[in-house]
Amino acid sequence: MSKAQAIEALIKAIGKENVITEHEELVCYSFDATADMPSQLPDVVVTPRSTDDVVEIMKVANQYKMPVYPRGSGTNLCGDTIPLKGGIVLRTQKMNKIIEIDADNLVAVVQPGVVINDLNTAVAPFGLIYPPDPGTVATATMGGSVSECSGGLRGLKYGVTKHYVMGLEVVMVDGTVASFGGKTVKNVTAYDMVKLFTGAEGTLGIITEITVKLIPAPEAKKSMLAVFNKLEDAGNTVTEIVRSKVIPATMEIMDQVTIRTVENFAKVGLPTDAEAVLLIEVDGIPEVVEREAATVVKVVEKNNGNIKVAKDDKERDGLWAARRAALPALAQMKPTTVLEDATVPRSRLTDMLVALQNIAKKYDLMIGTFGHAGDGNLHPTILTDERNTEEMKRVHQAVDEIFKTALELGGTISGEHGIGMAKAKYLPMEFGEQGVEIMRKIKRALDPENLLNPGKMMG
Amino acid sequence: MAVYDNIKGIEEEIIKCMKCGNCQAVCPVYKETLSESGVARGKIQLAAKILKGEAKYTPELYKKFDLCLQCQACSANCPCGVKAHKIIMAARAELARQNMLPFAKKAAFNILKKPGLFDFGLRLGSTFQGLAFRKNASGMSPRFPIGLEMRRVVPALADKPLRSELPEVNKAPNSRKKVAFFTGCVTNYIYTSVGKAVVDVLNHNGVDVIIPKEQHCCGAPAIINGDIETGKAMAKSHVDIFSKYDVDAIITVCGTCGGTFEQKYVELLADDPVYEAKARAVARKIRDISEYLVDDLKVNFAKLGSVPISFTYHEPCHIGRGMGLTRQPLEMLTKIPGITYKPMKQPNRCCGGAGSFSLTNYDVSYQILKKKMADIQGTNTNVVVTGCGSCRMQLEDGLAQEKMPHKVMHVIEVVQMAYQNAKEKPAATANKEQTKASQKSGKTKKAS
Repeated sequence: MSKAQAIEALIKAIGKENVITEHEELVCYSFDATADMPSQLPDVVVTPRSTDDVVEIMKVANQYKMPVYPRGSGTNLCGDTIPLKGGIVLRTQKMNKIIEIDADNLVAVVQPGVVINDLNTAVAPFGLIYPPDPGTVATATMGGSVSECSGGLRGLKYGVTKHYVMGLEVVMVDGTVASFGGKTVKNVTAYDMVKLFTGAEGTLGIITEITVKLIPAPEAKKSMLAVFNKLEDAGNTVTEIVRSKVIPATMEIMDQVTIRTVENFAKVGLPTDAEAVLLIEVDGIPEVVEREAATVVKVVEKNNGNIKVAKDDKERDGLWAARRAALPALAQMKPTTVLEDATVPRSRLTDMLVALQNIAKKYDLMIGTFGHAGDGNLHPTILTDERNTEEMKRVHQAVDEIFKTALELGGTISGEHGIGMAKAKYLPMEFGEQGVEIMRKIKRALDPENLLNPGKMMG
Repeated sequence: MAVYDNIKGIEEEIIKCMKCGNCQAVCPVYKETLSESGVARGKIQLAAKILKGEAKYTPELYKKFDLCLQCQACSANCPCGVKAHKIIMAARAELARQNMLPFAKKAAFNILKKPGLFDFGLRLGSTFQGLAFRKNASGMSPRFPIGLEMRRVVPALADKPLRSELPEVNKAPNSRKKVAFFTGCVTNYIYTSVGKAVVDVLNHNGVDVIIPKEQHCCGAPAIINGDIETGKAMAKSHVDIFSKYDVDAIITVCGTCGGTFEQKYVELLADDPVYEAKARAVARKIRDISEYLVDDLKVNFAKLGSVPISFTYHEPCHIGRGMGLTRQPLEMLTKIPGITYKPMKQPNRCCGGAGSFSLTNYDVSYQILKKKMADIQGTNTNVVVTGCGSCRMQLEDGLAQEKMPHKVMHVIEVVQMAYQNAKEKPAATANKEQTKASQKSGKTKKAS
């Protein structure tokens, strides 16, 4: 049974216009947004328009033993959509309907190809929001973002994608369709399969419909920028704000390398001798926002920080400009940007930041760190050039050490980017062999022939 | 190394792309095709294959790079500052060198290189256009397939080209400045009233306008499609023509023409020992008409006559992102008395015209245009103002097909109306004002 026959069968199943085999097109699906990864051509790219199409595709894949790689916009950061072993790239971009907005039950039902921002635009007239906001909200699909369980800037207060997924329709490897969860807030009926498929990175089944929770949009927000001359003061501020019973929607940190790069690049008025800045935003009911903002100011000042509170939207945009410029500014320094997402408990933030500085020194690399201080999720960003093989060797050593350190501090190797190809080898470090083996058993039970996104996570 | 002479010249831009895919959020072509090859990220990876010598030069590869509007939205939105539109142009240039340009395009660009022939063809066209096109209320539609979509509505060619109607030197009554005017093809052969408005408004401001007779097409169609050889020939020719005049500025009325003079000529001639400096000197003098009136002459538009229209503005990609003129056209228009501006949702989203793109990719082009039409419809206006002839052709096609009542005007035509309506004031006051204005801007000239 040849690949050509499989492609014929796919054409018969879902129509010629939905099956791409042209070499030039295949090249465009051989990579994703992850740096420092191999690229691989798929044999074919398919564009299902419905759950039925996905069922037909899985039947063909199963018959011809062709691997299947689900793909949304290809913006993930762990190499998850690279068709490592050839086969079928299943792109969900044209399954992009918002099926239902149910404001009474505070849920929306969407197809996987809907772009996150488009969902937010659609629910805005109801005064609702879908809170998960990864950096790629304007491009990433719901299917991809559920599969990666992406996070974002509001994790501390609003949680991450898995806290909003209430129901899923999934096509299994043999073409069986199953639905789990639904619109009810309470649902303890049997195993929590919704959580299992959320963040499974397409290794257990193909998500074809998603029911998500929506929440009322906060009425008011207040943004503040705090500047610190000592890293420790910034770290202490983060923990003390939370200890004071204030949970900001956003609490972002930038280290000195990032501050200097941002200031050079965007001239937003950051003091370049500062060791850290925090961007803090509280939101909610206006009276509460005022009170929480006052508490934040007090804590920052007590910890020797210099704080600026935005008076209006224009000033708010000004403060956010600095944070928004962080990745672009760093990325422009060198051709290759290796972006990690090691995460530690909030109380160990300062330790992690200091460790990152030492790792940069030890391996003679430029590392700028920014990230979501409120939830301990940092983005150490290594600036390098993939053409420099000697330096890339040191980059890989540094990455190993970053993950080791995060685990030693009681953290995890991935806060929000996922495992994919990029971090699969570190799994035993976090779970031990026995932990990984339990996961492998689940994978084998649901996908015995390893046809779903092979080479990722479980290998 | 000049970026368009060898794909190697663009390597640093290619390597800078971190493949984040942010270009998907703003690429009008991607929004329609949802195809990775439609967006800059996919194209950059294909360009990387060319760079590494791994690409096969196929018609399919040509088509991938052809499917780009050069609207520059990707470059403007790129977090790494990658000039994606330049990478695409460099790839097109490489494909052209590999003889991948379709015959029709190659033939057309060869004619562009011979201005006499091009001019002759279009004059002949003006006389005989009735044979190939049938007139309808809003313009003309092809009678039979001539490489144009049958349903497309195109404007009629002017009876007489602008440059044969106006003298080469147009003296102002109170002459105090002198500019050269590059008309561009669309203004010369189709919307001649735009050219007349430029001369009229500038003369009003005491500016003599020279319209060099020898000028021809700026070469943008050839350059954008990768025919660098033709582009260079046209660049040199225009650099020679415009270097001859001792003028304060060179005025353009189209972002694509203006950007070609201001940026592309310099890039194309960057390695040329004779022409590089000359091209830079010409580039420094390039001013879009809005830029010249607002920044150089500092015209007080609030003192002009009333233009009681309600308009929306479409920002041409090459005026806004290309020449960086996002402020000037609106500053000028909104200060005119009696005028009402109602912004559309995304004024700077490409209209899908993009010169020859709308000829070779009409379906995608029209889908993009339909979004623009919906945005215009949502403004409750009856005039669309823009600053590029090529956008205007595209907008007029859409308005005709969607049966919308809007009229399209060039920014300078609106300004001309304001001057005409001011004329009704007593002549003495108008003259005084003009002298005052000329003294004032005489000072600012030195500062600039």
